[in-house]
Amino acid sequence: MAASRLFRPASRLLSAARPAAAPRTAFRATAAFQNVARRNYASAGNVKEMTVREALNEAMAEEMEQNEKVFVLGEEVAQYNGAYKVTKGLLDRFGDKRVIDSPITESGFAGLTVGAALAGLHPICEFMTFNFAMQAIDQIINSAAKTHYMSGGIQPCNITFRGPNGFAAGVAAQHSQDFSAWYGSIPGLKVVAPYSAEDAKGLMKAAIRDPNPVVVLENELLYGLSFPMSEAAQKDDFVIPFGKAKIERPGKDLTIVTLSRCVGQSLVAAEQLKKKYGVEAEVINLRSIKPLDIEAIVKSVKKTGHMLCVESGFPSFGVGAEIMALTCEYAFDYLEAPPARITGAEVPTPYAQKLEEMSFPQEDMIVDYAAKLLRV
Amino acid sequence: MEFIRPSEHNAIPTYRVMDQYGQVINKELDVETSDEEALTLYKNMVCLSIMDLLMFEAQRQGRLSFYMMSAGEEGIAIGTASALTPADVIFCQYRETGVFMQRGFTLDQFMNQLFANSKDYGQGRNMPVHYGSSDLNIHTVSSPLATQIPHAAGAAYAVKLQNQQQSDKEPRVVVCFFGEGAASEGDFHAALNIAATREAPAIFICRNNGYAISTPTRDQYRGDGIASRGAGYGMDTLRVDGNDIFAVRRAVKEARKIALEDGGKPVLIEMMAYRVGHHSTSDDSFAYRQKVEVEDWKRRDNPITRMRKWLEGRGVWDEEKERELRSVLRKDVLKAFEKAEKLKKPAIVNAFAGVYEELTDEAKAHIAELKDILERYPNEYDVDQYEGGLDSLTQALEKKQ
Repeated sequence: MAASRLFRPASRLLSAARPAAAPRTAFRATAAFQNVARRNYASAGNVKEMTVREALNEAMAEEMEQNEKVFVLGEEVAQYNGAYKVTKGLLDRFGDKRVIDSPITESGFAGLTVGAALAGLHPICEFMTFNFAMQAIDQIINSAAKTHYMSGGIQPCNITFRGPNGFAAGVAAQHSQDFSAWYGSIPGLKVVAPYSAEDAKGLMKAAIRDPNPVVVLENELLYGLSFPMSEAAQKDDFVIPFGKAKIERPGKDLTIVTLSRCVGQSLVAAEQLKKKYGVEAEVINLRSIKPLDIEAIVKSVKKTGHMLCVESGFPSFGVGAEIMALTCEYAFDYLEAPPARITGAEVPTPYAQKLEEMSFPQEDMIVDYAAKLLRV
Repeated sequence: MEFIRPSEHNAIPTYRVMDQYGQVINKELDVETSDEEALTLYKNMVCLSIMDLLMFEAQRQGRLSFYMMSAGEEGIAIGTASALTPADVIFCQYRETGVFMQRGFTLDQFMNQLFANSKDYGQGRNMPVHYGSSDLNIHTVSSPLATQIPHAAGAAYAVKLQNQQQSDKEPRVVVCFFGEGAASEGDFHAALNIAATREAPAIFICRNNGYAISTPTRDQYRGDGIASRGAGYGMDTLRVDGNDIFAVRRAVKEARKIALEDGGKPVLIEMMAYRVGHHSTSDDSFAYRQKVEVEDWKRRDNPITRMRKWLEGRGVWDEEKERELRSVLRKDVLKAFEKAEKLKKPAIVNAFAGVYEELTDEAKAHIAELKDILERYPNEYDVDQYEGGLDSLTQALEKKQ
């Protein structure tokens, strides 16, 4: 328990008579965030639609424009415009010195980009999918995440690992799985999982600017979805700070904590909950997995008394497990029912379409679980 | 002091038995293949190309989720398989459908896998073209690139021990396929080095088809292809014209002999080809290469037309036979296609089985719960579309540990 208080500043926040301002020293905003453009939720202004793919592309292009140390390297990123077209047009705009096609060697090019980061550049390392990053996991975990610490702080590693993660349709077990918990468990890494186009742009830009290694877990099925971009988000200085969740939908009866693609599913489920049971669910989009905004969860649970986590990783030792544990550690006394989680199924992702659907969270599943949790 | 400058060395030559006009280069050696066997090889190559075209179209119509064609590389797979013994173990990457075909994987078996029906050996758990057959000693295709190369080194080491222990049986080798792109992965280097140091009887076959999805070989490596790496690992190495099926066969037969010499050692063969098709149905290769380049290659040289020229030169083949063969094979493929599409889906128990050797207690509880629901609401669920209906669940629950 004592260790928990030492290492989890949130517990001190909760036990303090008057909560102090954000005590997350480990993840305090760095110099790079001095000019954070705080998003103004109220501004309607000049909103335009943008796909997640376009937002990621714009974020990279803007950062490459502003900082010549930034470059992109990966398989198919240049001439082919990226396997999922996220790097479209970057080769034409920035040339082949900054948009580089790699041989098929994940451990090779991940190692090369880590080396470039250790030498002072700010690489963006694209994995065709995070399934293939498994071939480079040693470079990400043992080199990128740890060199700053092991070098006594003299060796910064400003690198961004990005690519699609999690559920993808019709590609079976070795191409369709969620690695959020893997990266989220590593000290030294920061891990974000954007949902909307604004998330994608703001988090990607923050990731590139952040002096630490950041893993950006995108989702293939979100790339083509359009979202409104506020006027602030359209600007080239728009970044979203890490460790701050976003309340996508306010509510008073149930807190749904979720991330990435599951945010959209949870929002649909929340609407159905309202229609079917008159229940108001609050949907929290975590945006970042590490650091994790436990304050936002606790604050919401204080209001609703119920917590349901929705994520698509495997159930054991996952993001859902962590969020339930944290909720119990810091908000137990506010819970009116045991917290619950909806996760991916404990099975290598099946190829069969119906089984595949069933092995990841679905909207009606969220509605049913929420109803059970709330006993409505 | 003299640095070794690879650029000043001549490129490793490419071994050929016949030229691109189907003329045998060394008449004394000839092709070491009977007309009858040659016709079988030719028919298999044509069959593969027809199946590829039909299944590519079927994918475009949305009848399966994914497909990969072998166009331009039929000779490598079929030629290699024909030069091995059936007991030799094979690890494929994903563009070696011809290996399965030559070893006797039937059109029905291909279609069952592609449509993931009840007769699919993979129980519907894999993407299309991830074939596997224990009867044919071919390991199931695995998606992550290059992981099969170290596996092949390990299997070859196991086979080496078996060869020593079971001297009454014919010794075996392990054959591993991969592309020139996969040879950039760390796994390739680790595998060749460990195979060399452990003296494992493995034949590593690189299909160098010019492209790794969109990446051309000039962005993939700077040495003399993949063959130049063999010497670095102390390995006997050969470069072969992959469009020349007779050269492929002779190379593999010779490699097999070398691999079994003195208790075993690995061999590397680089087979040169051109990937005529797109990388897969998820790729449009005209985004990064000219259509005319592909058409040129198709016209100029490929394993099927080259062998046809040879057969015609022998006087055992003509236009009429060609037309008839194509028409028969097309019908055969479509027949298997229709049959497979109509077969039932894999038994319901496969939704739970296979994660571990034995069903866990938890999985059994899930099965019992599902069975209970399906029995209580028979009108809500159509269990007849699955092999055996509810039977597989009943059997799984009755089975003693």
